[in-house]
Amino acid sequence: MSMAELNNENVLKALTDTFGDAILHSEMQFGMLNVEIPADRNLDIIGWLKSNESLKMEFLTDLCAVHYPEQKGRELAVVYHLHSWTKNYRMRIKCFISAQKPEIASLTGLYNAANWMERETFDFYGVQFSGHPDLRRILNMDEMDYHPLLKQYALEDETRDDKDDSFFGR
Amino acid sequence: MVKMVEAPEGVEGQGFFATSLDKVIGMARANSLWPLPFATSCCGIEFMATMGANYDLARFGSERLSFSPRQADLLMVMGTIAKKMGPVLKQVYDQMAEPKWVIAVGACASSGGIFDTYSVLQGIDRIIPVDVYVPGCPPRPEQIIEGVMKIQDLARNENLRRRNSDEYKKMLESYNIETL
Ligand code: SF4
Repeated sequence: MSMAELNNENVLKALTDTFGDAILHSEMQFGMLNVEIPADRNLDIIGWLKSNESLKMEFLTDLCAVHYPEQKGRELAVVYHLHSWTKNYRMRIKCFISAQKPEIASLTGLYNAANWMERETFDFYGVQFSGHPDLRRILNMDEMDYHPLLKQYALEDETRDDKDDSFFGR
Repeated sequence: MVKMVEAPEGVEGQGFFATSLDKVIGMARANSLWPLPFATSCCGIEFMATMGANYDLARFGSERLSFSPRQADLLMVMGTIAKKMGPVLKQVYDQMAEPKWVIAVGACASSGGIFDTYSVLQGIDRIIPVDVYVPGCPPRPEQIIEGVMKIQDLARNENLRRRNSDEYKKMLESYNIETL
């Protein structure tokens, strides 16, 4: 496969040709290709995207999570934003994992940038990145005993007793 | 034009002037407060204007900003204090020598401000005692100066024994701050 210019169609085709059923779902959002893959395939599929000569997704722009409490069994989405500098192309990869067992392989072996971003995702969502060399909180206080962006936790500071809830819509 | 501070009340005669030690020391302290700017966000920008030539906090004897807590008299906390920063702020306060004053500039430092959220300290008075609160988001430089002038009043009229009193020690202990 050789592609002069990358676009959503030929990248998606290359992915489905190579990985078949492992491409669970795909859609375009704001002109950007989104692909869902099984959580246990993240290393080999993203590794392939990075090393493939005609794709060269060598830059991990962002790595984060989203909490969807109503999707039972797949409450947490881990989202990877990839960027190919040489081919001027960006895309997103999503893996869904359950909130009961929020585990996924770490990308630190592929991208050094994943180190801090995975720590942040762990800090806020409690995602366990297996294989991460130093998975501890990065932004919140070390003493914090929960993962604050999970939606079961209130956003507000819960130690305040001087606020009239009716003024704050809650 | 240089404006001199007025002498405190006292008895004056040829070649002597008598007043109480409290008043002289109060006057000296009030007019040479060295502030330590603990500026963490937008309110800190307003403080820069306050120190600048237009408003010029130096007119009140606070020309010399102290970036070491050990030589500072007045801790000016200007900005949002994240809970993670709380221990740092407390350590800075701890390292200041008595007598020391604290001014909370802006809604964030006073109460957490708009940041009613898990990561922000809901007012620095949860970890250190505060003498003067300046409201506003951000307060104008005039308001910050007004706050500093309130601190001057406190310094000028403070009893020299106040910081040795049991009441003061109890207050510090309620913040878990060690007293000597
Ligand atoms: S009180 Fe307002 S201006 Fe001051 S630090 Fe907070 S948000 Fe910024």
